[in-house]
Amino acid sequence: MALGEVVVSATGIEKYFGENHVLRGVDLEVRERETVMLIGRSGSGKTTMLRCLNFLEEPTVGSVEIDGVRVEADPLHQRSRAHQEQIRQIRLRAGMLFQDFNLFPHMTVLQNCIEAPTRVKGLPKGQAVELAESFLGKVGLLEKRDEYPARLSGGQKQRVAIARALTMQPKVLMFDEPTSALDPELVGEVLQVMETLAHEGSTMIVVTHEMSFAHEAADRVVFMEGGVIVEEGPPEQVLVEPNQEATRQFLRRFLGRGAASVPGGTGETAMPILSTGGRGQGTAA
Amino acid sequence: MAAGATAREQSGPLILERIAEARRRARFLYRGQFAATWLVLVGGLGLFLWASGQINPEFIAKWGPFILDGARTTILVCVVSITFATMLAILGAMGRLSRHPVINGAASLYVSLVRGTPLLVQIYFAYLALAEVGIVLPVLVAGIGALAFNYGAYMTEIFRAGIQAVPSGQREAAEALGMAQGLITRRIVMPQAIRIVIPAIGNDFVAMIKDSSLVSVIAVQELLWRAQSAGRRNIAILEALLIAALIYWLLTIIFSFFQERLERRMARGDR
Repeated sequence: MALGEVVVSATGIEKYFGENHVLRGVDLEVRERETVMLIGRSGSGKTTMLRCLNFLEEPTVGSVEIDGVRVEADPLHQRSRAHQEQIRQIRLRAGMLFQDFNLFPHMTVLQNCIEAPTRVKGLPKGQAVELAESFLGKVGLLEKRDEYPARLSGGQKQRVAIARALTMQPKVLMFDEPTSALDPELVGEVLQVMETLAHEGSTMIVVTHEMSFAHEAADRVVFMEGGVIVEEGPPEQVLVEPNQEATRQFLRRFLGRGAASVPGGTGETAMPILSTGGRGQGTAA
Repeated sequence: MAAGATAREQSGPLILERIAEARRRARFLYRGQFAATWLVLVGGLGLFLWASGQINPEFIAKWGPFILDGARTTILVCVVSITFATMLAILGAMGRLSRHPVINGAASLYVSLVRGTPLLVQIYFAYLALAEVGIVLPVLVAGIGALAFNYGAYMTEIFRAGIQAVPSGQREAAEALGMAQGLITRRIVMPQAIRIVIPAIGNDFVAMIKDSSLVSVIAVQELLWRAQSAGRRNIAILEALLIAALIYWLLTIIFSFFQERLERRMARGDR
């Protein structure tokens, strides 16, 4: 699919946690309809990078522009009203999915989905419900619209969270290890939904450990280590024939064998994960 | 394997039935002994008092209803006070969690001051001391005000803990959806905090039923005040206090019962 304009552009992002220099100058550009996957070992800064994009973490230095709204890191005045309002404008354009879903437990599935659209964007309720129902249908959970989150499985919760994010009609979806908290047999259904979204041309940034999924669904894979981007490129390159020794090492350690046999190859570890999803059979392929 | 299954099919239901029957009997026996213990102890105490010859049945018959009527005032005072206390506590908790130095300072002072002084002093203060500076409150208002002010401070800490018990991911998810801070507090955090806190509020309500007896000192005509005035007038303090104590006891039993049921329902909940 042809990529469009630049939607997300982060420049020179640095982040300190106390003395700890977690991000050491990261630039990231994401184009419309592009799916970018951030990989790297834990502590490499990939999750922090994602959270800096919508200012859940205030970067120490740098700037983020999403869909024409540009915010400079301003750690000295991060509580100022003007700065907070700018950040809010960015967040309206970037949907976020979390490792542990963070559905609102006191609201039904449908209420979860329409809360922000009605109260933040001022969408009329009927319209919000219609939107929410169409996205719930898309993730295969329309029949659960009146259930409370406690009655859903982990995989269902994450799919509802996806529908909730979509109902805000964001320009980009950001996933922070969306399947890490799931039982193995529930991973597939979430990846399936994400893959569908990717194929349909959603703009997505995904922090993930699912290498085979990255290989399948990513337009570009970004490998981070030590707070910088070490290597990026199409998955066939980064995951199969990486240029950097650090990438090769990571893949070797991650998969417990040669990097060359990652996805496309024999892939016994990888492929079954993708085929477990029972839902959304008609995934565009 | 097959033989085992057959044996099980035959003896299984029988043995299960017998176990269930034995359990039923044990439970029945336990409850019977429990109730008998109460009956014997309470009855013994009653008999002892009766035998002492100090109990005047005429007083009980004549003044009992008068004292009992005070329970209405007691409940009214408690319901109104706990309502205001809850509102104060929500404000107090938000103040204690505020990053604004003035708001935080004011809320912290409120909690420190109230928790550092006796409720009885606060009640006198609301009625007698405020009058000295020209603020004359009706006794009922002064009593309710003091109770609400006092419980509001203790409940501030309960609410603060309740708000902090809401996982931080909830706030993050709401922020990521572009919700503003006030909206997040109102729609996401508070509803969950209140759920967490409701059992504790129930607890405080039961405690307040007893503490409300203190407002008798400023002549709010609740249970204890009525008991004392009837007892003094008829030189029947023992009977009067017995009646009051019994009514307090019954009230707390009744409300504890409801509170436990509420707690169980919240625990089941839709979370």
